[in-house]
Amino acid sequence: MTSDARATLSARACRVRERIIRMSAGGGCFIGASLSCADLIVYLYASVLNVSPETKTSAERDYLFLSKGHDVPALYGTLAEFGFFDEKRLAHHLSPRDSIYWHPNRAIAGVEFHSGSLGHLPAVALGVAMDIKMTGGSNRVFVIVGDGELNEGSVWEAVLVAAARKLDNIVFIVDRNEFQANVRTEDLVPLEPIEAKFAAFGWGTDRINGHDFDDMERSFARLPIERGKPSVVVANTVRGKGLASMERRADRWFVALTSKEAAALIDELHGDAEVVLTSEARMVR
Amino acid sequence: MTYEERLLEIAETNADIVVMTAENRAAIRSLPGRLGSRFIDVGIAEQTLVGAAAGLALRGRVPIVHALATFLTMRAFEFIRTDVGIGQLPVKLVGALAGFLSEANGPTHQALEDLSLMRGIPGMNVCCPADEDEMLDALTCLTGDRAPWYMRYNARQPAFRHFAPFVPGTAEVVTEGTDVALLTYGCLTRECYEAAERLGDAGIAVRLVNMRTLKPADETVILRAARETRLVVTVEDHFAIGGLATIVAEVAALNDVAVRLHPIALAGRWFTPALFADVLECEGFSPEQLARRISAALAARKARDPIHA
Repeated sequence: MTSDARATLSARACRVRERIIRMSAGGGCFIGASLSCADLIVYLYASVLNVSPETKTSAERDYLFLSKGHDVPALYGTLAEFGFFDEKRLAHHLSPRDSIYWHPNRAIAGVEFHSGSLGHLPAVALGVAMDIKMTGGSNRVFVIVGDGELNEGSVWEAVLVAAARKLDNIVFIVDRNEFQANVRTEDLVPLEPIEAKFAAFGWGTDRINGHDFDDMERSFARLPIERGKPSVVVANTVRGKGLASMERRADRWFVALTSKEAAALIDELHGDAEVVLTSEARMVR
Repeated sequence: MTYEERLLEIAETNADIVVMTAENRAAIRSLPGRLGSRFIDVGIAEQTLVGAAAGLALRGRVPIVHALATFLTMRAFEFIRTDVGIGQLPVKLVGALAGFLSEANGPTHQALEDLSLMRGIPGMNVCCPADEDEMLDALTCLTGDRAPWYMRYNARQPAFRHFAPFVPGTAEVVTEGTDVALLTYGCLTRECYEAAERLGDAGIAVRLVNMRTLKPADETVILRAARETRLVVTVEDHFAIGGLATIVAEVAALNDVAVRLHPIALAGRWFTPALFADVLECEGFSPEQLARRISAALAARKARDPIHA
């Protein structure tokens, strides 16, 4: 990757993070998980997914399903970044007059399906991937799943069936930020070794740094990881990535910031300030 | 013609149809070879079955989804409600062995709340064909509809010939009468038909109504039954809560119509597992028992309600 390409991606990801921080004020959002997958979602739309505002309903497009729907601010911010809808619309976050709420829905251009209940979109994506195979298409189906979401049994049902049907057009990306809503994954229901689990279920696996665009380029350029098998890319990420005051904090799952705090966090994002958060953490799960 | 023959016929004229199952092939055994990749068996995984059906529907397919009624509507309930229901996708759910049809399987397999659950989902429609003939007509109708549907599979042979075309929300008034309106659906239609004959022989004129769809329900026929007959009896192999008796009460109350209602249903307990005829006998749903229960209810109603005596 050229340094220019890297800088462009970084600038895009930075703008997406600013949008996430703004959405954390005035009612709040699930900021920690949104920040952890922001780089991944930006990279997918910039360099991997064959989809654009013009082709967003084309039968030949690549699909991205956000199964861990609570990180939708990262998707809203990215879809605005790539022109799927006007960025100004993000000011309507949580307004009853628009549809930009805490979980995704199809009223937002570019959102493929609603989610929020964990463990659903692996199965929905499976249906889409099966139809693409049946119709001889070459498009691919990406699913971003949370690491905590791997607790849901329905994920593993879909993992079994995808392998049985040799769906090598399906790619799971596990946002491995090591946290569920309230606690560290490994302290509750340990997930590791994740690749070994998927491999035993018949998937091709890879592990990357989910904040390193060069690593993403290396991994996503060689999909499917194994011919005739679905692929999983486990992306090591940091909850709250980009904001030192928020990174890896269990109590920063959902936050509702004051506008003053949001402004301070945007300064922190650009390395211009150190922030001590005082707003109450809200636990909503 | 059988269910699978009709399904094949529909699939041959509509390339969007896909037939799905969670390894429950009893009614569709010949289809894998006939439909090729349009036959999808995901294995014993009802949640994935319904989620994948939603995904296929997103791509323009019309999935006809088969599983046992309990596991389909209960194991996968949230997938039906969230993926098919919120998405308003044209997925057709076919539940096997619903109600008394689970025979000797025991309570794990007794779908006695499936209709209540399905009709609670916004936009979901519910169909309970009286027999195989009606099920085939219903299948043709539902697969051509853009809405999600739940249908209780019922291949019992017909007790009478259906004269009215299958139209969702339009009940079939099988016999006319003003002493008792006997409202039913699904596999008990035969027993109700025979009970109505017995009651007729005893001088009680029965208006037998085959509801056909519970959602939409035929409100006109329900209100006419409430207004024009002395007693409305509902007969169903479902819990007393949330099924036809509840629908009749809701429709009457919301339309300011008083209804003298006598529900015959499973009152908050599982039925005795046995072969079908024995289940009917144990639970009081044989034609003889139904006739006796209805006759007694009518007599009790007349005693309490001398104006109508």
